[in-house]
Amino acid sequence: MAFLELERLTKSFGAHNAVDGLTLGVEKGEFVALLGPSGCGKTTTLQMIAGFVEPTSGAIRLAGKDLLAIRPARRGLGIVFQSYALFPHMTVAENVGFGLEMQGVAAAERRTRVGETLDLVGLGAFASRFPRQMSGGQQQRVALARALVIRPQILLLDEPLSNLDAKLREGMQIELRQIQRTVGTTTILVTHDQAEAMALSDRIVVMNQGRAEQIGPPHEAYERPATPFVANFLGKTNLVDGNSVRPERISFAAFGLAGTVRTRIFQGNHWLYQVDTASGLVTVIRQNSGEAMPGEGDAVHLAWEGRA
Amino acid sequence: MRSAPYLLCVPALVLFAGVVIVPLAMTVLLSFHDWGQYKGIEPVFILKNWQEVLGDSYFHEMFARTFRIAFFVTLLAAVFGAPEAYILNRMRSPWRGIFLLVILGPLLISVVARTLGWALLFGGNSGLVNKALMGLGLISAPLPFMFTETGVVIALAHVLMPYMVLAVWASLQRLDPQVENAAVALGAGPFTVLRRIVLPQVMPGILSGAVIVFALAASAFATPAIIGGRRLKVASTLAYDEFLNTLNWPLGAAVAVLLLLALVAIVWGANRLVERRYAQVFA
Repeated sequence: MAFLELERLTKSFGAHNAVDGLTLGVEKGEFVALLGPSGCGKTTTLQMIAGFVEPTSGAIRLAGKDLLAIRPARRGLGIVFQSYALFPHMTVAENVGFGLEMQGVAAAERRTRVGETLDLVGLGAFASRFPRQMSGGQQQRVALARALVIRPQILLLDEPLSNLDAKLREGMQIELRQIQRTVGTTTILVTHDQAEAMALSDRIVVMNQGRAEQIGPPHEAYERPATPFVANFLGKTNLVDGNSVRPERISFAAFGLAGTVRTRIFQGNHWLYQVDTASGLVTVIRQNSGEAMPGEGDAVHLAWEGRA
Repeated sequence: MRSAPYLLCVPALVLFAGVVIVPLAMTVLLSFHDWGQYKGIEPVFILKNWQEVLGDSYFHEMFARTFRIAFFVTLLAAVFGAPEAYILNRMRSPWRGIFLLVILGPLLISVVARTLGWALLFGGNSGLVNKALMGLGLISAPLPFMFTETGVVIALAHVLMPYMVLAVWASLQRLDPQVENAAVALGAGPFTVLRRIVLPQVMPGILSGAVIVFALAASAFATPAIIGGRRLKVASTLAYDEFLNTLNWPLGAAVAVLLLLALVAIVWGANRLVERRYAQVFA
């Protein structure tokens, strides 16, 4: 039996099923990402676990206990909101200490634990600042510290990095992963960013129209997508003669599928090609190894493993 | 044409000076003139009126009553207006509009009609509320409402409530709705969320609403004139009486100018306090 179990979880808004019979088991200490386009039901699922949305039917069990019977304030979950939802009138230390205060933790122990958690997210020196005086990335860490300090049974992350710029987001991904490994908290991440989901999680749940299309480790979902939707959502893919082929698996060869290079785009560490072939337009990604590459208008042959 | 912007400001400045600055300066000057029953206004510079206004306990009582009424009106408006705004903010589409109209209602009705309504409800033996309460045997004599401070406070609080509701509502709309959920997830009950999370964030709104309500209540004329009447004068009705009944314009001017100065001091002080207290927290 899994640590957190969602069983045929369904949420209907009128005739529309936002979440449609979702069943999922999350092991203790696992990092699971709910991945999908907007409106796929991932956020609704998170809100049902948190208790802000009541399921229409189905069950949620945490460590064997019925979670739906427990008030949201008593569930003891740590949540990082997309907007961070920090308390603007409280200092960083007061923000982080709020959950402990609600649990009735004594002031002295509270101070120690707040200090420890702020050190964990690298904000030890910012305890007396107000959220307004901090950058987006710092506010994000405060939100993370506030969720972690109560030693939650589950950490819920709702698009936590979507408000950060690309460079900062990459740094935070690595940091988030390290922090999660350090504290070992079971974590559920909701995101529409496939790269983020694959980078952070042990398993991903690709969702579409309220249903799980595929549940599995990131590389497995990427290599062996269960449905065309998964294949398309997890990075680029080519459909050649009914087979799905990843662009980075195709190479230029002396023989193979004949075609003409329509466009060539240089992207630093790789080249992106669009090649006209008898089987339609094929996207090809080649590593930039410094060698000369075919140019636009050149005749090429495409080969990949598994092609006869 | 660097002077163009300044030239464009001239018409507005002339209008402002003509209708605000000049009359105000003349009122201030007037408060230093002398007045006698038979000699009328004498354009001299004396401090008699100011000595009278500042030294006579009659005027002290009047100003104390004015600010007492304004204080209780503000308190009442805050106690009822802030929750009203919170509830309004949580309402859904059709109801929100309907109840906003109900709240703004007092502003749409003439002061005289509204105050007469209050008189019909609460006035003397014939007032509906008193009649009903006496009919039920809950009270033996009619509750006094007309010509009492309580009456003036209730009627003014009703009129000025919309200003408080709108001020608080504006600050509620700046609130991140997820913040309440965040507090709940950390274990806070509904009352704790209100007291620790929502209230501190809307406090600037409540305080700015309070400044508006206080200033309007302290300078209100029609409601205290009708409900308070001659028996219960406040600073504005006093100034009116000095001007139009006693015809002692210089004394009336001194009362009016003092009311203005006191209000400016209170509003300015309150604003300073709010800004200092919240500058750090809110942009």
